[in-house]
Formats: sequence, C-alpha cells, structure tokens
Amino acid sequence: MSDRPFIEHSFQAFLREGRLMGARSRATGKVYIPPRPIDPETHSSDMEWVELSGQGTLAAFTAVFIGPAAMVEAGYDRKNPYMSGIVQLAEGPMISAQILGLDAAHPDLSFIGAPLTATFLQRGEGDTGRTYLAFQTS
Amino acid sequence: MKARKLGRGVAIVGVGMSQFGAFPGKTTRDLFAEAFLEMRDAVDKGLDPNDIEALFIGNYSSELFEGQGHTAPIMADWVGLMPRPATRIEDACASSGVALRQGVMAVASGLHDVVMVGGIEKMSDLPIAEVTDTLAKAADVLYEIPAGFTFPGFYAAMATAYMHRYGASPEALMRVALKNHDNGALNPKAQFNQTIAEVMASKRRSAEKKGLPVPEWADEMAFLRDDRANPVIAWPLRLFDCSPVTDGATAVLLVAADIAKQFTDDPVYIIGTGQASDTALHGRSNLTSIASAKAASQMAYQMAGITPADVKIAEVHDCFTIAEILASEDLGFFVPGTGHEAAEEGLTARHGPKPINTSGGLKAKGHPVGASGAGQAVEIFKQMRGQAGPRQVDREVDLALTHNVGGTGQTAVVHIYERK
Repeated sequence: MSDRPFIEHSFQAFLREGRLMGARSRATGKVYIPPRPIDPETHSSDMEWVELSGQGTLAAFTAVFIGPAAMVEAGYDRKNPYMSGIVQLAEGPMISAQILGLDAAHPDLSFIGAPLTATFLQRGEGDTGRTYLAFQTS
Repeated sequence: MKARKLGRGVAIVGVGMSQFGAFPGKTTRDLFAEAFLEMRDAVDKGLDPNDIEALFIGNYSSELFEGQGHTAPIMADWVGLMPRPATRIEDACASSGVALRQGVMAVASGLHDVVMVGGIEKMSDLPIAEVTDTLAKAADVLYEIPAGFTFPGFYAAMATAYMHRYGASPEALMRVALKNHDNGALNPKAQFNQTIAEVMASKRRSAEKKGLPVPEWADEMAFLRDDRANPVIAWPLRLFDCSPVTDGATAVLLVAADIAKQFTDDPVYIIGTGQASDTALHGRSNLTSIASAKAASQMAYQMAGITPADVKIAEVHDCFTIAEILASEDLGFFVPGTGHEAAEEGLTARHGPKPINTSGGLKAKGHPVGASGAGQAVEIFKQMRGQAGPRQVDREVDLALTHNVGGTGQTAVVHIYERK
C-alpha cells in the first residue's frame, strides 16, 4: 500500500497526513508500531505498511506536573498538567502518546481501560513544526 | 537457556565511594579520585596501584551533564594509572552495573588479574529541567519522549498499571520511601542522611526561622500525603517517591579468586552475573514487571546455583519507589502482585526477613546514575564483611544480590555475591 521505507521519517510523514501506520510482518501477520524494518520474531525483512484503525484503550498513564522543556513550551505546568499514556491498540500493539479528554489535574486509576481514538496534534510551524500522535477519549 | 559459568573465580577485595550529594565546586575527576583513594585504603593487606591492569568505568552522560566526553582515560590519568586501558561503559542508569560485569568478564577470561571498576556522574551542574531532559534521552527519543513522558512519568505509568491490577495503594510506595530514608539516615555517605521525621523537623525549623506558619503533620504518612510538603511530580509519584539529582563516584577492586588472599583474608566472591535488554515500555507485553530484570536474575541465579530464597540481603534499583516493589517481585523474593504488601508489612526493612537497600538505596543514598550500579556492590561488600556500621544487618550474610536497571528496563544487570 506504500513503498516508503520502514523508518521514522516515513512514520512522521504519515502522521502529517493524519494516518497512523504500522509495519506488518508478512511472515507472521503481526503488526508493529513503531514500524520496524526487521520482524523480531523471524528476522525476516518482508514487511508491509498497514493503516491502523486508531482505536484503542488506555493501558497505563501518568499526569505530568513537572514536564520537559518541550511540554513547558507547549503551555503545560504544575497548574496545567497533561497526561501521557500507553495505549493498547485494537490491532494488538501498544504505543506511547499524549492523552486528551481526561482530567489530568484530577487523575484516577479508573481512567485505565478508557476507550480512545487517535488524533494528530500540530505544534510549531515551518521547519520547527511537527505533528504529534495523541489519543482522545472516544 | 544454556547454563553459563565464569572461566575462573572473581573476588572483590576493596571498595570505595565519594560522598554522594550536590557539590558545585567539584568535577567528576575529583569525585573519582575520592572513590579511588577510599578503595585503595580499604584493601586489608594494601594495594599497589601499579598492580591495577585495566579500568572499566560506568558513566551515562558526562557530555550532557558536564560537557566532557571520552571520560574514562581522564579518570585513569587522574589517579595515576597511565597507560592502562580505560573503557567507559554506557547503559544509562545501569552503566556501572554493566561495567562491573565487564570487569568480571575481563578477570574470569584470564586476560587480567586485577581490574578496577568504577562509576561516575556529575549531575548537579545543570538546572533541574535540563537534568530531566538529559535523563529522558535514555528512553526512546523518537517514539516515547514526544508523548510527553519523563522518567518519573514512565515509572508513574508502571505504577498505575500495577496499582490498577493488584489494588496497591500509594501508601505502599510511601513505605518504601520511609524505609529507605531510615536506612539512609545511618549512612554517612548518603545524600539524604535523614529520616522522614528528621526532614519534617527541619522543614518546621526552617519555617520558624523565616517567620512563616509552622506546618504540623500527625505523622510521617500525613507528611507524605501532603500535596504541599510532598508535591506530585508525575501522578501517582510524588517528590519523595523519586531519587534525587546526585553527584558521586564509586570504585570496586576485582581480582582473580586465586590471588584474592594476597589482598585480604576476607574477600567477597562474585559467583553469578546476568544481563538482559528489552524494548521500549510500550513494546512490552506486561507493564507490571520488568522482563529484563527477571531474565538477568535467572541467569545470575543459575550461574551461582542458588535460589531467591538463599539471598540474605539485596541492593535493588529504586530510582522510584514503585521500582523497588517491582524489583522485589522480578527477583523472585515475592510472588507477583504481593511486593506492595511486603513493603507495607516491613518485610524488606533492615531487620525484616528480606532486607532491601540497607544503604538507603538510590532513593536516600542518592542516584549519580552512572555510579549507582557499582555503588550497590560497595554496600554489599561492607554488609557481608560486617563493616556497615550502625546500619549493619543483624545476621550473617553469606549470599547477597545487586539489581541495576537502565531506563525503564531496556537494560538490567544482576550480580550475586558470596562470602565464604
């Protein structure tokens, strides 16, 4: 479906197009995200791109009150914390992403299992601009 | 897994460490020299530094922390060991645990008879936000960091998965902090040489001095639950769930077992070593256990021919309180899902059935990341030989273990020690 190489640059290009793409091993049918050039189970390099549904559930999370420079720049701080999580995708694999739609200032273990949908955040413009994968409560 | 044996026996005959803390006026080489001198002087029958044949030095990121690369030969030079081969080992926070393993292999292979293993990190020159960013570079910067994760954040996420799965409470995490501060208070080298009760008293004194309202807490747990005194860093982890930013250096002298008695009548033998790797946190099938730590410990147990029940004391990688609970399960001390109960019941206290982190751990002793792994061996050597002073455990320690983790478990390295 795409002949782009299985590298981060391609993954980012797909994100900019609003698509969440993984690499599927033709040998085992297993889907990998982030995409990989080599199937770690068979060591086969026979991979194909597959578009993921973007549906998933929250497997683990944190509400970050002291963030890294990039998130501080994006406007987050102790008074405005954000959530990062690990999302279990419908297709099987898990991925890290910012989580939107849950109250980061009042985190609760009951958030685990929340149904989520992929969304694409644009931060910065021009050469410093970048599209970030995030998940929004469905 | 094929059982592996060391080619020949390896013994520790001397250890040293610098003071752990924040030292604005000192650089890495100054701290390394302190650790080296203490190690030299700790060898019972004396050490001629000329007998040291090679150095393996753990260091995570002297480039980012201090602007200095290629640090191993500088360390060797500063302690007068030119032209001996000096190699830096980088596996994030497991750097000097892995350096120890490299030293063990160098001696066990027969290539060297006397090797110095060290660890160094000078973290406090950078502002705290840059320290956070520097540590985050030990994760996957392409696929994990853009999600906003920090290191406290990763371990916090593991904590939510663990608490959700097993019903563990934040109080279990607080118990780990309390215990490790109790131990650190008895360790004169510790960065936090204070119990939580002493921390509370000093906060009250400082408020009094400044003429501010003096805070009151019913007990230590009330202090640890107080959002002002113990603020959330990455929920559910608070300030006192996190190891501090630390400057420090550590040193361990390894020799071939058959010459150990030339250095001391009481050597500590390394009888098991294991190391394993893992993918990024999101790539794992289980978020409530660190698979690499399990694998590394199984390798080490198998090599040593012992079981987890045989281990009398352990120094484990408590970069965050949840990490100590996970380690206590991954190492086979407690059944998965019960490590939090063990912590609450005091089973891992200094005089409990399974003492963990008698040094104060990374939490209270301090965590100069690249120096921490070898620092664990320093504590084990002292405890096994009855030289741990007021924090000495109340029993003979014939078998002990260290567990050192890099990142969230992308690297784990385990060693087993025997005193005969």
